[in-house]
Amino acid sequence: MDIVKLTLNKIPDLYIEAENITPDHFAGKTAQQIGELHLHLGNTTAKISDYFSVEGKGGQTAADTKIIVAGDTTKVKYIGMKMTAGEIEVQGNTDMYTAAWMSGGKIHVKGNVDSFCAIGMTGGEFIVDGNAKNYLAASYRGDWRGMQGGKVTVKGNAGSDTATFMNGGTIDIGGNVDVHLGTHAEGGKIIVRGNAKGRVGGQMVKGDIFVLGQVERMMPSYIYKADEEVELDGKKQIFQVWIGDMGERHAKRKGEIIYGKIYIPTEIATEKAYADVVEKKKKLSDKQLDQVKEAFRDQEPTVQQVRTYIYDTFDVDMKPMQVSRVISGLKR
Amino acid sequence: MSKTITDVICPFCGTLCDDLSVVTDDEGKKILSVENACAIGAEKFLHASDHSHRVTRPRRLQEDGSFVDITYEEAIEYTAQMLANAKKPSMYGWSSTNCESQSVGHEIAELCGALVDNTAAVCHGTTLVAVQNVGIPSCTLGEVKNRADRIIFWGSNPAHGHPRHMSRYSIFPRGYFTGKGQKQRKIIVVDPRCTDTSSLADVHLQVEQGQDYELLQALRAAVRGQELTGDIIAGVPKEKVYEAAEMLKSGRFGVIFFGMGVTQSLGKDHNIDAAIMLTNDLNNYTKFSIIAMRGHYNVTGSGQVLGWQFGFPYSVDLSRGFARYNPGETGTIELLKRKEIDAMFVLGSDPGAHFPMQCVKEISKLPSVAIDPHITPTSAICKVHVPVAFVGVEVGGNCYRMDNVPIESRKVVEPPEGMMTDQQFLEGVLKRVKELKAN
Repeated sequence: MDIVKLTLNKIPDLYIEAENITPDHFAGKTAQQIGELHLHLGNTTAKISDYFSVEGKGGQTAADTKIIVAGDTTKVKYIGMKMTAGEIEVQGNTDMYTAAWMSGGKIHVKGNVDSFCAIGMTGGEFIVDGNAKNYLAASYRGDWRGMQGGKVTVKGNAGSDTATFMNGGTIDIGGNVDVHLGTHAEGGKIIVRGNAKGRVGGQMVKGDIFVLGQVERMMPSYIYKADEEVELDGKKQIFQVWIGDMGERHAKRKGEIIYGKIYIPTEIATEKAYADVVEKKKKLSDKQLDQVKEAFRDQEPTVQQVRTYIYDTFDVDMKPMQVSRVISGLKR
Repeated sequence: MSKTITDVICPFCGTLCDDLSVVTDDEGKKILSVENACAIGAEKFLHASDHSHRVTRPRRLQEDGSFVDITYEEAIEYTAQMLANAKKPSMYGWSSTNCESQSVGHEIAELCGALVDNTAAVCHGTTLVAVQNVGIPSCTLGEVKNRADRIIFWGSNPAHGHPRHMSRYSIFPRGYFTGKGQKQRKIIVVDPRCTDTSSLADVHLQVEQGQDYELLQALRAAVRGQELTGDIIAGVPKEKVYEAAEMLKSGRFGVIFFGMGVTQSLGKDHNIDAAIMLTNDLNNYTKFSIIAMRGHYNVTGSGQVLGWQFGFPYSVDLSRGFARYNPGETGTIELLKRKEIDAMFVLGSDPGAHFPMQCVKEISKLPSVAIDPHITPTSAICKVHVPVAFVGVEVGGNCYRMDNVPIESRKVVEPPEGMMTDQQFLEGVLKRVKELKAN
């Protein structure tokens, strides 16, 4: 496999749209030819070589090409968009649409990714070592086809609207997810190893959602069906199975109605776990407060930024008003 | 002697009342009184006609924070240069102007590779996202007046936001099939608070704040006769949910009016998606429609014009020469937060008052122009402020009511001497941008 190494050596003023950074576009090209490929910044066009140094060359086919992206690529969108084969390794963070509409190959991001990553994905593998923001593996606006195949693994947390309109493939999230997980799902499998913030499986008609932590509030339109023994990660466990969304119309197969299913481990899904809001800690200790101050020293963070940081770091769900007071404290 | 102009359109809210009578002085320069309008609408006419407090010439912000008067030609030159030289300019607003001006503005945006966004970004944009996902079964306000006997106000308080909506269309009027007016109608209000509208309701579902989605899905399940989990659904007793579902099914014609209480609370477009699907479900039992309570008088028109010109109703990104649309990525608020735009043009809106502080700070740092008859928080932070004539008072033009019905607004008085209209200013900018781009 031939390797092309791109190193970002100039931070752009605006965000770079880099849909040409895929093994499909790099295959069969020399470093110079790769450097000539286009990037877009707002209404202007640049070359890859204007922002990246290029080393190596593409393989004969996309499948023979591996791209390593180094440098601070937080402001680079569309990496690996519509890629069909090969491999991409991103050593830092990426912006929106990474792995969007991907149909084959592998993308490994070692940092965090922004929103709309892996949307409309039909195949391949997408791994994120950090966190993913909103609309992970969802559908594009107006489209009713979200993720249809392949595998997405996020080792950290995921934002809201994850897997909207999903109808195939597997998503494995190591941490927590925000609201609206699997909304409108019509198939596929979602595993959340942390907690889900609520509205799990809203308007879902088919598919499986495993939440190994707690569901903050189960939708009233889901009904408890039974405890079932299900195999997950190669071992059998007993889960409470909830079916729904009862507000939706459901198809029949062989005379039997198909429902979406939510699986919660029985040891966590006690009788009250679904109905009541999980009583999370609402306050920070002095030590935690110091850590927040340190993290946002000399910055002007928004309430949302601080609230997300506190939720991700300490698993404390503070109200915006409380967070505002923390921010006032930072200024003093 | 005074003269009376009848059938005047009110350029305040999306209800776009078309039965106003305006009395002016003999010369047609001053408005003496306004009849049939609500307090807010009447004030808009009277305020416009009082020229003593108006800014009548464009102004440029100086480094010490004071403004200096410039000519319209200088303002056109600044705006054209700013838009033509920017890599990703945003052209925001468009909701308090006529469709003709919007169309000229969009031509400039296309030439400059700009982003065009309207105030739906902070109100009913989520509705437009949901409509794209699941469609919308809707009707006109005339049908509501003449047929509707089940009215739901969800997250909306027309008693204050759309003052004449209830008397003209939804609760009180006697229509063709609704001859007994309010007595013939059942009103359901869904609101966490007790409001002046909820005081008129037969059923007030006091939903828990931010739990609209749960209640909507529960109602959908209840309409189908499905079982629900929990005794209290989103703050409402389960029995009351079933009762409301039965009340909706038993009507001859129903309509859901929804406002920002549901479009901008947790879930956003998903809430509207569920509300539209509830309407859809109810059509299995009776006739039901759903209408958004649009705020600015021509925000619907902006969506319409953008729709027929570019295919998308707001947050349209033209930077690559073709239209892209993805609220969350191409919305002005997100772009300002991410520091992704490098020039800001505002017309017919006040983002300085409505946007998050982080975005307002960003606008103040960018090259920026505000086109507005008033002095507003936006005009105070923009580098150039261009006053223009009031659309619907000093200049006519096409506008769209909240139910997507186009209505031609009327000119009732003359603007201050030498003052340009939105359209004239934009045509000047368009001409100059074409020259700059040709070079």
